[in-house]
Amino acid sequence: MVNQLFVSASPHISDKDTIPRIMYGVVISLIPATIGSIYFFGIRSGWIILLAIISAVATEAGLQKLMKKPITVKDGSAVVTGILLAFNVPAEVPWWIPVLGSAFAIAIGKIPFGGLGYNSLNPALLGRAFLLASWPTKMTIFKTYPLQWISDYPRLAEFLSKLSLYKTAAEEKLSLSGIDAITTATPLNVFRQQKDIIAQFSNDSAMGEAVTNAKTAISQLYDSYGNLFWGNIGGCIGETSVFLLLIGAIYLIYKRYINLRIPLSYIGTVAILTWLFGGTEGFLSGDPLFHVLAGGLMLGAFYMATDMVTSPVTSSGRYIFGIGCGVITVLIRLIGGYPEGVSYSILLMNLTVPLIDRYTKPKTFGKADKK
Amino acid sequence: MIFNKQTFKGGVHPPEYKELAEHQAIEALPLPQQVIIPVQQHLGAPAEPIVNVGDEVKVGDKVCEAKGYVSVPSHASISGKVKAIEKRPHPVGGNVLSIIIESDGKDELSASIAPVPNYLAQDAAEMKKKIQAAGLAGMGGAAFPTHVKLSPPSDKPIDTFILNGAECEPFLTADHRLMLERPNEILEGVRIIMKILGCKTGYIAVEKNKPDAIALLQKLLDKSGDALKVVPLNVKYPQGAEKQLIKAITNRKVPAGGLPMDVGCLVHNVGTAKAIYDAISSNKPLYERVVTVTGKGIKHSKNLLVRIGTPFQNLIDFCGGITEDTIKIINGGPMMGIAQYTLEVPVTKGTSGILALTKAEAKLPEPEPCIRCARCVDACPMNLLPNTLARVIEYKRYDEAHQLGVLDCIECGSCAFVCPSKIRHIHFLKFGKLEVTKMLKSKAA
Repeated sequence: MVNQLFVSASPHISDKDTIPRIMYGVVISLIPATIGSIYFFGIRSGWIILLAIISAVATEAGLQKLMKKPITVKDGSAVVTGILLAFNVPAEVPWWIPVLGSAFAIAIGKIPFGGLGYNSLNPALLGRAFLLASWPTKMTIFKTYPLQWISDYPRLAEFLSKLSLYKTAAEEKLSLSGIDAITTATPLNVFRQQKDIIAQFSNDSAMGEAVTNAKTAISQLYDSYGNLFWGNIGGCIGETSVFLLLIGAIYLIYKRYINLRIPLSYIGTVAILTWLFGGTEGFLSGDPLFHVLAGGLMLGAFYMATDMVTSPVTSSGRYIFGIGCGVITVLIRLIGGYPEGVSYSILLMNLTVPLIDRYTKPKTFGKADKK
Repeated sequence: MIFNKQTFKGGVHPPEYKELAEHQAIEALPLPQQVIIPVQQHLGAPAEPIVNVGDEVKVGDKVCEAKGYVSVPSHASISGKVKAIEKRPHPVGGNVLSIIIESDGKDELSASIAPVPNYLAQDAAEMKKKIQAAGLAGMGGAAFPTHVKLSPPSDKPIDTFILNGAECEPFLTADHRLMLERPNEILEGVRIIMKILGCKTGYIAVEKNKPDAIALLQKLLDKSGDALKVVPLNVKYPQGAEKQLIKAITNRKVPAGGLPMDVGCLVHNVGTAKAIYDAISSNKPLYERVVTVTGKGIKHSKNLLVRIGTPFQNLIDFCGGITEDTIKIINGGPMMGIAQYTLEVPVTKGTSGILALTKAEAKLPEPEPCIRCARCVDACPMNLLPNTLARVIEYKRYDEAHQLGVLDCIECGSCAFVCPSKIRHIHFLKFGKLEVTKMLKSKAA
């Protein structure tokens, strides 16, 4: 008998999933949207994503080395933070924006709390909030419209336009007649501006024409579901294509890395509230589908609100979390100062997680029957 | 009913590895040279030795006597001479007073073992006495004295009996083989149990991964016309845990801190049913049982009929020994079994399997921080928060652990199995249960 026997508490076998497997699973799920971002906004988005990843990983490794702690970058969580941060910036930001954003996300949002598992706020969203507060103009001007880069390659443009995958600048202008696609950018921005015009002037008969125009613009937006779904719209580089984000989300659900409690309650809440209150014709006149497809809701609901570390562990807690995110998102979109509210809603709800967990402790099996 | 899904909340799907041993017919292990009979092979008070060193014993002779009601005697499993009465390593942990018997090779049966004519006519009290005298303790693993389970207080009548053939632990196939090879004895055991309890409803619960056993039992019941129902259950761990089994079959929930009898149910393992039949029909005490010897570390996986007290080493040698990369030997299954540091420990009444795990299977990765993925919360069949519990116990906050229901943990191991951070929840939870019990005792005092 030469074998040395090991003794430990049961169980003696464990599931093959590990933290790196889950994290790289999330990275894989983000590949379609990454490819989409390069397709829509040019190779520039690829560079932004790469810089954000490098900055996140380097910051984590550097700080841990400085503090003489074990270096944990291999677990892949910093890579995920980098990608998600990059997904949340416009395509034409200068190169140092993703670098600073990722560094902030890791250095302020993650490491001081003790690293992976201990941070209470989603690091990527915290990084984005930092960038938005520090360089608001750089973070909110969406000069690049989708597929613009193709115009630099006339032969490619011609080829794609034959396949009706691309419209030349002239065609593009025509199709977006009422809206200046080049400077006003994201659909939620357009929605917000036109809605404000209607709210301000609806009782002013002298401005009747402007109100009518605004209403037309909004109804045109509502007709753009196709573009919203495929991602052929302005916006941050990773958030535009609902289709590609859903492919990744289906992979995550199939792998059981996320479950549907948070995304469904989040998206459902946004749909219901925007339907009730989001319209220009009063109660029940909103267009829920527009609000669900537009902006960063899909990215936020499937990839950031579901961040394990910063969401509740209890089953009912996750529904409450999702509903809370939905309520805050809609409040910001319809009433608050920004056209988009996904990232702030998730950050605010992150802060409530300990409280939610405490009050949604599941009832122990058989506890209900005890007298 | 469409909505009455026969399942329970939570649970996990570990790889089954049943194929290693499920087609191996039960073989009798050659008689060991010596057996080690611990005085404690059951939950409750340890038994007291009633033999002296040098005494001659026959198979089935009582060697230690039950001490009190929640206790059972044990019997010699080979004929021979008592060589020593001393503390020996026990498969459930620690050193336990044991009676060591040296074989004379004759394998003579005690005179008391003989067929009982018309055994079903005995009255219930008589039967229960015989069951205690036969040293019966639950053979599924927990080893609770059988006669106590069969004696519910009069204000808690039992209307439903469930025979537990789920065998949800991966690797183990002893119950499966027993159902295939001794189905009539098991069914007769069920009839005896139901007679003792006076209950009318009986279920035989088998996981769907044993279709041959389900078909066989069904066929026998169709022929005999018993009012018993075979219930094929979804394959999900821990399907065979008492509370989860009762929930899946009857949709009743055993109250937290309560027992199955609180909801009018009783569950016995198939091995126990067979032993009850032996005890009632021929006064045969529990001196042998079926043990699955399996795992990738075992050269030839087998199901063995083994005398109680046989050292693990004998079983492993009979199966061709262990491979070089074996690093863990487990008493029981991989989810709840207990890792052994020596192969000198004996097979006890609760030993359902001996499992040899190789380096690749029994990895012990360093635990990483909890990422709050909540897989443990979703997997916990008792609806606890294993991640939170592990953390509060780590920080010695036993009051909080008590409030969070640590005492309701059934130690099934689902939480630690699914954990991507490889946190050893059960390590903390077992420790926490001890500490909380201690704390409550000192508070009560």
